[in-house]
Amino acid sequence: MFGHPSIPLSSCYAPFVAATASPPKLRTPRHAAIVRVTHWITVLCFFALLITGGEIVISHPRFYWGEVGNVMTRPLFTIPIPSSRDTVPTGYHYVMPDQNGWSRALHFEAAWVVMIAGLAYALYGLFTGHFRRNLLPEKGDRSWSSFRRVFAKSFHRAPPGEPGAHAYNVLQRTAYIAVIFVLFPLVIWTGLAMSPAFTAAAPWSVILLGGRQTARTLHFFISWLLLLFVIVHVTMIVLAGFKIRMRAMITGRVVEPPPARRKTDRR
Amino acid sequence: MTPITRRQLIATGLTATAGAAGLAAAAHFARRYGLIPPDHGGLYGPGETLTYAAQRLLASHAPAREFPRSMISKAPFANEVAPPSDAFKRHQATGFSDWRLIVDGMVANPASLSLSDLRSLPFRSQITEVACEEGWSYIAEWIGTPLSEVLSAVGVLPHARYIVYRSIQTDWWDSLDMADALHPYTYLTWGMNDGDLPVGFGGPLRMRVPRQLGYKSIKYITNLTATDNIKAFGKGLGSASPEGGYAWYAGI
Repeated sequence: MFGHPSIPLSSCYAPFVAATASPPKLRTPRHAAIVRVTHWITVLCFFALLITGGEIVISHPRFYWGEVGNVMTRPLFTIPIPSSRDTVPTGYHYVMPDQNGWSRALHFEAAWVVMIAGLAYALYGLFTGHFRRNLLPEKGDRSWSSFRRVFAKSFHRAPPGEPGAHAYNVLQRTAYIAVIFVLFPLVIWTGLAMSPAFTAAAPWSVILLGGRQTARTLHFFISWLLLLFVIVHVTMIVLAGFKIRMRAMITGRVVEPPPARRKTDRR
Repeated sequence: MTPITRRQLIATGLTATAGAAGLAAAAHFARRYGLIPPDHGGLYGPGETLTYAAQRLLASHAPAREFPRSMISKAPFANEVAPPSDAFKRHQATGFSDWRLIVDGMVANPASLSLSDLRSLPFRSQITEVACEEGWSYIAEWIGTPLSEVLSAVGVLPHARYIVYRSIQTDWWDSLDMADALHPYTYLTWGMNDGDLPVGFGGPLRMRVPRQLGYKSIKYITNLTATDNIKAFGKGLGSASPEGGYAWYAGI
């Protein structure tokens, strides 16, 4: 777009970008409706899961490795906060308010909603080629040198309207692939591995992980990785132009500003 | 915005109709096969219902996870929540010789069983994990009379749908659907790790439901009631737990 012949139109999000540029068509489709809807459902559910998960941790802020763990066994580590239960020896003479009831209910309800949304998104991604086209690193980019190039470039902020507005670079693709195909499945798996009924039906789900307490500890760490992703993701959006990216994810459209002219080549 | 074409309108209409019909059929199917928990109402009802229905379809007959004897926890955690009542202390002073398990409701022969009556029924043992909703867990050997043995001894009627169980601590009561009540791993437990069940762990008699979280394994059991109308108990939510904000079904 706008005189960037090096960017093939096929790498744009929508398969039907207008090929004519005169007069410049200011609105280009960016995210499909199902991507936008499932994205925002995931945002809501993620924060519901994060907050309620935190509340559940407060009722026992100790973590263990292996099958069993309780206040009579040595923890792998503890979080230095008061607990919402007076049976946990935290060293604080203060018991936090107990929020586990609604937290557990909301945690599982949000998990169901995000699982259904994720399933819809995954089916869409598989059958429309969305994963292959937009998220899998492009053939020429599957190398460390591409990673390094993007890293190097990332420290020079590009103004909105740059090619980045239309296709993800190799680093973004790798991050999204890792979240969608590694972290999400792992967080679901480690969560289910804590369910006594699920593990009764599928004992391998917890045995493969190394035990119930290992599953709980991994669930905790994966949640932190997901939070880290969200922080980086939102930071990048702010750096790349918060308004334009938010509009793209809400309305599906990118409104292009006039092509930005670089005053100086910073390189 | 592109205008909506007739084809899109028809497709949307068909999808909506199919969706509504699908939901109605799912609700009918769920009621018919007992996939709706007593606490299915309210904001979190859909989540509770999905979890219960999914786990019932997936795991109704699955055995609980068992562990080798070497994995029995050396120092299990009793999690004593309330100081024993005076009534309980009186039983404790007489070595629980007067402890009774009253079985009534939809049974052919209501009964009042002593602990030795219970022990004279076929009993079994299991090495299973207690997993608390807070996150901690331990493994122990549990020895007891399967609830199904007690229910068949009193002749539970075929249209009973829930077994309500109560503790001497009157604010603790709960219920199981028949899938869990008749499950071979659901015990009225009176022994632990080759000894009597200690008071801290629920002695003299504890309901043990290893395929659900620890709060379903209520201590100091005194009453069993078979019923087909769970709404008649407490606030009609199936147990004391939903009245305190916790799920009736604790398979997760």
